[in-house]
Amino acid sequence: MHITTALRPLLRPFENTGRSVAFLVAGGLVQLAPLLVLALPWLPGGPTEVLSVLLAVFVPLGVLIGATPLLTAVQRARFRGRLGVDIPRPFAVEGASRRERALQWLRSEPAWRQVAYHLVAGPLIALAGVITLLVWAVSIAAFGIYLWMWVVPFPYRPDVLGTATQAAYVTAAGLAGIYGSAWLSNALARLDTRAAMTRLGPSRAEQLARRVEEVTESRAGMVDAADAERRRIERDLHDGAQQRLVSMAVNLGLAKVTLTDLPDDARKVIDEAHREAKEAITELGNLVRGLHPAVLEDRGLDAALSGIAERTPIPVRVRVDLQSRPSAAIEAVAYFVVSEALANVVKHAQASRADVAVERFGGILLVVVSDDGVGGADPSGGTGLAGLAKRVASVDGTFSVSSPVGGPTVVTVELPCAL
Amino acid sequence: MRAVIAEDSVLLRVGLVRVLETAGFEVVAEVGDAEALLAAVEEHRPDLTVCDVRMPPGFTDEGVRAALAIRSRWPDLAVLLLSQYVEERYAADLLSGNTSGVGYLLKQRVADVAEFIEVLHRVAAGGTALDPQVVAQLLTRRHSDPLDRLTAREREVLASMAEGRSNAGIAEQLVVSESAVAKHINSILAKLDLPKADADHRRVLAVLRFLGVG
Repeated sequence: MHITTALRPLLRPFENTGRSVAFLVAGGLVQLAPLLVLALPWLPGGPTEVLSVLLAVFVPLGVLIGATPLLTAVQRARFRGRLGVDIPRPFAVEGASRRERALQWLRSEPAWRQVAYHLVAGPLIALAGVITLLVWAVSIAAFGIYLWMWVVPFPYRPDVLGTATQAAYVTAAGLAGIYGSAWLSNALARLDTRAAMTRLGPSRAEQLARRVEEVTESRAGMVDAADAERRRIERDLHDGAQQRLVSMAVNLGLAKVTLTDLPDDARKVIDEAHREAKEAITELGNLVRGLHPAVLEDRGLDAALSGIAERTPIPVRVRVDLQSRPSAAIEAVAYFVVSEALANVVKHAQASRADVAVERFGGILLVVVSDDGVGGADPSGGTGLAGLAKRVASVDGTFSVSSPVGGPTVVTVELPCAL
Repeated sequence: MRAVIAEDSVLLRVGLVRVLETAGFEVVAEVGDAEALLAAVEEHRPDLTVCDVRMPPGFTDEGVRAALAIRSRWPDLAVLLLSQYVEERYAADLLSGNTSGVGYLLKQRVADVAEFIEVLHRVAAGGTALDPQVVAQLLTRRHSDPLDRLTAREREVLASMAEGRSNAGIAEQLVVSESAVAKHINSILAKLDLPKADADHRRVLAVLRFLGVG
């Protein structure tokens, strides 16, 4: 076994020690500055009158609070440079002018957490760091006691170094001290990192708030993307397959009209092909409408919902009262809510009529679909209503169904007009 | 008779040209957008214009706007609009002025060549043609107005009138006698409180009221 392999377990506690020590040394230097500023007025003997004492306390404090952003930046650089740790920045404060931003910052909670770090946590850790460095120095000196005894001639040697036997204990204690201070340095570096993370970085609440913002944004993006994709497919089908089918059906229709002297069999084949082509057009039309109806994009909810009402086998009264159009994604959700709700009415409600009302109240789009059927609809039972609820929730809308047994059923959906 | 076609889909345009030629029209121009359509109509003054609603550059209602422009400049030119979907307001816009020589059909009706040819002739001759689906949608939208006084049969007759059918055509469609149709129409005209005028004009007024534009 190679000698370094054998020594590795023994050296393991020292793996990050160099880094930690350098970090603590830098920390001590940086933290010294605030302490020095605080101590400065007291150095030449100190103020004695009340006013000067107050000044001596509050002026340095004010200077330090003013310098907090700078100190935080220096600390952030220290963590990044010495430990490779990135302390996330707290939210920037908003304000039109520099003065306003400064006031806003002073009122903010992160500012005082930072001040607390620079005035309390930082100095304490720096103090512990200094002690650790001293322990290092003493331990290394003690570990090298035989070296001292050999270097320093006997008459000049201080008595405390004692005899060779005592020196063995001192060496052992020095070795233990070296291990201990290595551990202590790493522990202090970790402690400082944690303190800085919580005091200099954003708080947990801020992090969560930021996360929620990101998630909300990305979800809105996904809803929009899905919507855009549906529209693209609709357009592709409309410009491609649908036109081709219509053209084919027209040609077959022309053949039917112009080729009058065909034998019966051939006529039948053409008739059949013509009928199937027309059915394919209808089916494709239904499919496209299920994706994203062109009428919705071009003409808005009123026209699109009237189309649904017309295709519903029971009488449906549609009332759409909108001054301006909501965003495309919201329109699509409203459209599919009405479409699915009316499909449910036809399937389950045994209703003789239904009402659809779409209104805008401020930033809220209210969609109400009601019928005079038998009621008893259970949102948790069918996949239709549950799917609707999900789609509504994806845009931060609310969905509720009131359907007592015996009816009537009222589906109420509230959607934000813009995502 | 001479016709101009405006349709941006090349495939469908070719089909339309064939159908119109089969129907005995001479297609003097075929264009792909509304601006070219207005230029072509200006140049050729056709008897009939067949025009898609959704055309470049905006792909919204360029065709309707072009049709309205044509109707206001040359009120005698017949215009047949083809739409991908039902938009009753287009129909209302078209019919709000002069109701003769106007048609509004879903695109897929072109495939029913025999019926489509009949519509072409009817519109070119100054008649009206509305897609049955447009009419059906209008029916679901009209409530609590004089139309409520009509019986179900009378509503059917009025819907057929709105589609542009003659008494004979309505009789054939509903499988009743022409005299029964005439009776229904008289009853409709009475129930809608239409001003006294000649029969044809009152018919038009009834249809307009039905469409919610009169």
